[in-house]
This record gives sequence, structure tokens and C-alpha cells, in this order.
Amino acid sequence: MSLDGPALAPAPERENWRHFAAKAMGNRSFVIGGLITAIVAAMALGSYGWTPHDVTDLDVASRLKKPSNLFWFGTDHFGRDIFSMIMVGARNSIAVALIAVGIGVVIGVPLGTLAAARRGAVDEVLMRFNDLVFAFPALLSAVMITAIFGPGAVNAIIAIGIFNIPVFARVARGAALAIWPREFIMAAQVAGKGMIRITIEHILPNIANILLVQATIQFSLGILAEAGLSYVGLGTQPPWPSWGRMLFEAQTMMSFAPHMAIFPGLAIVITVLGLNLLGDGLRDVLDPRLRRER
Amino acid sequence: MAYFLVRRLGSLIITLGVATVVIFAVLEIVPGDPALMMLGVNANEENLAALREQMGLHLPPTTRYWNWVSGLIVGDFGTSYTYSVPVAELIGERLWVSLPLAVLALLLSTVIAIPVGAFAAARRGRGGDAGVMGLTQLGIAIPNFWFALLLVYVFAITFRVVPAGGFPGWQAGFWTALTSLVLPAIALALPQAAILSRVTRSALLETLGEDYIRTARAKGLSRSAVLWRHALTNALIPVFTILGLQFAFLLAGTIIIENVFYLPGLGRLIFQAITQRDLIVVESVVVLLVATVIVINFIVDIAYAWVDPRLRAGSR
Repeated sequence: MSLDGPALAPAPERENWRHFAAKAMGNRSFVIGGLITAIVAAMALGSYGWTPHDVTDLDVASRLKKPSNLFWFGTDHFGRDIFSMIMVGARNSIAVALIAVGIGVVIGVPLGTLAAARRGAVDEVLMRFNDLVFAFPALLSAVMITAIFGPGAVNAIIAIGIFNIPVFARVARGAALAIWPREFIMAAQVAGKGMIRITIEHILPNIANILLVQATIQFSLGILAEAGLSYVGLGTQPPWPSWGRMLFEAQTMMSFAPHMAIFPGLAIVITVLGLNLLGDGLRDVLDPRLRRER
Repeated sequence: MAYFLVRRLGSLIITLGVATVVIFAVLEIVPGDPALMMLGVNANEENLAALREQMGLHLPPTTRYWNWVSGLIVGDFGTSYTYSVPVAELIGERLWVSLPLAVLALLLSTVIAIPVGAFAAARRGRGGDAGVMGLTQLGIAIPNFWFALLLVYVFAITFRVVPAGGFPGWQAGFWTALTSLVLPAIALALPQAAILSRVTRSALLETLGEDYIRTARAKGLSRSAVLWRHALTNALIPVFTILGLQFAFLLAGTIIIENVFYLPGLGRLIFQAITQRDLIVVESVVVLLVATVIVINFIVDIAYAWVDPRLRAGSR
């Protein structure tokens, strides 16, 4: 630490950004994952303005059609266009997973950083509580919550979100604990800044990268969880299209209309794969020290 | 070690205790009166009151919690509201489907993942490694119930080599019963195998960088002897930790997979119980699964400390 000049002055903002962009474009996982994620997001947003067919349009005459020029992914047993349903379903998956990540971040990060700042009994209690939530398999607690409060997208969000809280608390705590002993934190303490101010001004900006990577991972897990819940009938309710529900409806038609199951499943796989690649890429780009073999 | 054991045992009991309180409290706030559920909306007040008393619903929550937990300890899970049979009996029956399924899936995933992970680690940075890692990325992204549907389509509908669903029961013969668990087990095992191969690979890469590996190579051992005998045995510790965790997730994962294959296991039981508001069954299944997770984590922790003395000293 030099005596002249501010302690560990951050590089100018624009310089940082350009550096990041250059590195990101050279990372294959980031580029492919980012591209897939962008396409899925564009489909979801695009569905507000245009879909090839109306998803609420029941057309018995054209039911269970195989994929064709008219119906790209075929139609379901009500004659609804599967491609359009996948587009609208993307909205649903993204919204549920995104809000669930939001719940995890908004509650988990303050808890985790508080535990790191206070240490001692507060830390111990929070971490034990974390362990407890971890002991409930995510799927099981989601089933229990939706069973109690009734099925539906909102309860699915809450169920998935609750599981995200300890994940973010743990990651935030671990990352913050590594920052606290650093010189610039000591400098801030000497300057008379309080615990909360240090956390907001110095800890959070320094752990944001790690949290962003975790958020990407939780986002993809959220999409899988939503699909699972909707599949067993506890998530998004009809007539609103959801990828998991489409798979449930496809199950009994497997022998004569396998396309009903193939396309929604592929949508889930591609979306989750894209997000996982994006997360891996982000981790490599943002902090090479974090690079680990998953 | 004794001190470590006592402390971990203490925290195990506390965690189990808190978990039961949480589960009890959550189900306490569920809307709907089980007595009303059983007798229907036309039941008269007198019968309802009598049934509530018989079910112990008139007691204060603390008493009911205490009765429930002390029952759990001796294996008495109470009586199902809808089936009027002991819950322990219901669970015991279903466990004979879910448990073998989870065990089979765990075996499959281990048998696939360890060689695959070792293969990738041995070819680090080369084509084989990249190919395997790409496949595992895909494996992680595939929802197991969708994979299950595809398996049904290929092996049960197209080739007709295994049944598409249902379970004949173990009394129908060991192999007959086992064949109906094969597809569900594969579906459950695939994503877990993908995760486990990645763990195996990275654990192996870490041990391959150790000094004793260089020594083993220097004294003239072949690459494969070093990999399989020296590196793998040491890399297995983190692999077993993940295995322990995965068993719990597999048990929970059976909840969804059983619905794909119409298997009469714990998963089907819990969904039936949910729709029938048979809360005591829901409560018991959840407690059982959560306790399994907690106990497995405990065993893994102990095993870990037993193998690696450095861990006993740390706070965790």
C-alpha cells in the first residue's frame, strides 16, 4: 500500500468496462451462453407483440398436427400452436426464476453480509438457520409450500425464492469474510465509517461479481424448478402456457404425438444450458481467481 | 475425535428438533379442517366435535406437537385421516419402492460418473476432456422428468423392452419388479452422474497436482497406475461427500419421477395426501425425508473427520 494517493484506488469506470468487454468477447462459454440467453429473452419479450398463432386459440380441426410450415413445432391436443406456447411459456419461466433470484438476493445478501460483519453469535445463528433450510430438499419444500398455499405461479416463486435465500446468504458471507481483513477496509474503519456504511460502500461492490455469477446459476436452477413444479401441477396454472405443464399434458400423448414433449423439453434444456454457460463464462471473465472446475 | 463427535451429535439433535418444529408450525397454518375433510360438508357439529376429539385436534398445539414428536421417536407416526391405517405402515409400504429406486439411481450415477470423470481428468485439455465436459453440461441442463419421458418413448413405446410405468410389486418376482425401476433410475441418475463426473474430474485434477503423485511417477509407475491407484483413492473423499448429498436429493427427486412412471412410492403418497388434505401423512413423509438429509449430512461429516483428522480441529 503506497502512502501517496488513495488506498487501492479503483481503475476508472470506463477502462474497467472496456477491459471486461474485451475479455468477455474472447470467452467462448460467455459468448455462446450470452447468445442463447439473449435469444430466449427476445422470444419471451417478442411474444408480447407477436406469436405465429394465438395461444388461447382452440382449433380442434388442427389438433395433434405434426411440425409443418404452418405449425413449426406442431400443435397440441387442443390444436394450439406449440411454438407460440413455447414463446409465451418463456415469459413465465423467466419471470418466475428471475423474481425467485430477486427474493434470494434481497433477503440473503443482507443476512450474509451482516453475518460477516458482526461475526460471533449473529453469524452462528444465521449459519445454523441456513443449514436448516438446506436440510429441506428444495423440491420437497417447494412441494410443501405450494401444497399448503395452493398451486400457482406466485406460490411457486415464493417456494423457489425461499430456497435461494440461504444460497445467497452463504455466498455473500463467504465472499464478505474474505474482504473484511483487507487494508482498504481497515482504512475505512480508521476513517470512522460504521459497519453498515462499510458494507454498502466497500464490501458490496467487491462481492458483486461473485453474486452475479451465483445469480446466473440460481436463475437456471429456478427455471428447472419451475418446470418441475408445473409438471406435477403445482406451478403455473392453465390456461397460461408453461413449459413444465406442456410436458405434463404431453405425457399421455407420448405414443402418438411425441413432438408435444420434445419441443418444450428442448426449450428448457437450451435455456438452462445457455444460462449455465453464461455463468461459467462470467466467472472466468469477472474473476480469474474464482476459476474452478465445476 | 470424541469431543468432535459429541459436538456434532448435539448439533444434529438440535437441527432435527428445529426441523420438526418448522414442519409442524407450517402445517399448523394450513387452511382446512381435517375433521371436516373426512366427514364432508354435511357433517353435523356433534360428529365433528367427536372426531376432532378422537384425532386429538382439540388439544393445544404444544401438546399436539409433543405427542407427535414423542410418537416419531418410537416409530409411531399417527393414523392417516383418509386411509385410517397407521402412517408408519403406509410409509413402510411405499418406502419399498422409493428407497430401492434411489439406491439404484445412486449406484448407476456412481458407476457412470467415476470412470467418466477419471477419463476426462486423464485427458485434461484434450478432445476427450472437452467432449465429456460438454456432455456433462448438457446432462446438468436436462430436467430428469423430461429425460424420463424420452426414455419411455424410446424403450417402452418404440422398442417395448420395458414397461412404460406402474409397479408390479416385489412379490411379482425380483427381476420383474426391478425392470420397472430401470427407466426411472436411469432418468434420476443422469443429471446426478453429470454433476458427479465434474466433481470427480476436478478432485482428480487437484490430487494429480500433488507432490506424491510426482514421486509416484518418478519412481517409475505408469500413468494409469498413478491415476487409478494413487490419485483416485485420494480424490474419492470429496466425491463421497457429494454422493451423500446426492442421495438425499435423489430421494426427493423420486417425488417427481414417480409421477412420470406411476410408481406407488413416497412421491405418489405425498401428492395423494396433499390433495386429500391428509396432513399427518404429508407431515410424516416430509419429516422422514428431511431427517434423512440431516442424518446423511451428519454421517458424511463424521466420516470426513474420521478420514481427515485436520477437520476435527476446525469449527466445522
